[in-house]
Amino acid sequence: MERAALPGRLTDSRAAVAWRLARVVGLIDETGHARTIVLDVRDWPGHVAGQHLDIRLTAEDGYQAERSYSIASSPEDPTVALTVERIDDGEVSPYLTQELRVGDEVELRGPFGGYFNWRALDGGPLLLIAGGSGLVPLMAMLRHRAASSSTIDSRLLLSARSREDILYRDELAKLSSGEGVAVHYTFTRRPPSGWQGFARRIDAEMLASVGPAPGRMPRIFVCGPTALVELVAELLVQLGHAPLAIRTERFGPTG
Amino acid sequence: MSPISRGFRGRRTEVDTVRLPPGQHLVHDFPVLSAGPTPHTPLDQWTFLISGAVDRPVSWTWKELLALPAETPTVDIHCVTKWSKLGTTWKGVSVDTLLAAVDSEAQYMSAWCDGGYTMNLPLEDVTGGRAWIAYEFGGEPLHPEHGGQARLLVPHLYFWKSAKWVRGLELLDHDKPGFWETYGYHNYGDPWKEQRYQGD
Repeated sequence: MERAALPGRLTDSRAAVAWRLARVVGLIDETGHARTIVLDVRDWPGHVAGQHLDIRLTAEDGYQAERSYSIASSPEDPTVALTVERIDDGEVSPYLTQELRVGDEVELRGPFGGYFNWRALDGGPLLLIAGGSGLVPLMAMLRHRAASSSTIDSRLLLSARSREDILYRDELAKLSSGEGVAVHYTFTRRPPSGWQGFARRIDAEMLASVGPAPGRMPRIFVCGPTALVELVAELLVQLGHAPLAIRTERFGPTG
Repeated sequence: MSPISRGFRGRRTEVDTVRLPPGQHLVHDFPVLSAGPTPHTPLDQWTFLISGAVDRPVSWTWKELLALPAETPTVDIHCVTKWSKLGTTWKGVSVDTLLAAVDSEAQYMSAWCDGGYTMNLPLEDVTGGRAWIAYEFGGEPLHPEHGGQARLLVPHLYFWKSAKWVRGLELLDHDKPGFWETYGYHNYGDPWKEQRYQGD
């Protein structure tokens, strides 16, 4: 399984495991329940699109909580951005999306994860399928593709409840006007009025229509809630895509 | 020392912290994590093989595995993605029972699975009543997304070591890093030492 090529692809592990301080330099409300946190990370070792990092919060009495978040920004970006979806009864996400202010410092370490990765050098075509905030690591791939002026055939299929639930909506619109990028939405709850596109859960017909065909051997990344990831991966195999070409990640709610 | 996160209070769980390793939090559902599509091997084609540095390889069919003496461990499980689930109930065959069928001087093993996944451990971590080939969870057949037909259960280590869809153990005289171990995760994965990633 591509073993030989691996060690060189991994970030230096000693640099990654050290906890470091990051300063919040920007906060962007993406939707009613998701916020992007832009961080200036001292001595950030650099990352590959698709990787995640760990955040650690410390209460006054020394109690600590850790969570993992996918990195949303491209490796070319001088700051590191996370997009956190608020889980109302969660422990960490309400803090990150509601309490955190510009100028605050958080502890983090990373980047981590050497499998759910894409670099422009890896080639394409690229097929990205996301449910809800599962878009975050795939957005890092699209941003990396744009930042490296790649024209690799890239297709994104995003399943969202409604238009208001789409992360990075304006940026996706801009990206999709570029060469070689197609952005498809399917709305599972409230499609915009007059919507002519997909308005159902992802199915085989939708995947076939988004393409690329299995014969073109796309690199496929699927991220979202478990039910969506399980279904999409299964449908892709049935359509004839090689199981090993399909890389999955869950973006279940992280409280 | 970690700086205080202004305004962060956190939510202490009512759980006995003695059972929750550092950096973990409790969940009550059973999250699913895997690197690719869920494989579906028909039961009549399913076998479990012990091979490698053994006097002769031994394999069991699904029926033969179910006919072996089973155990029903109740264990706490800890995922490297930071969730822990306490008091989970399983049914399966102790790895000791399977290894009794072969003669070997091996010190290590590599578990291999449908879907191409591999996982390595010193043999002592899957022997001495510390590991099972589990095929039931919570009194029900193990669901495919959780590793059914059968998964390895090695609860004293982070849960990726409990490889899903396991089909065999290759016994080895040397350590051979597996899938996640090659992709940046820790080679051993002791949750009590927080050995999540390479370098921890």
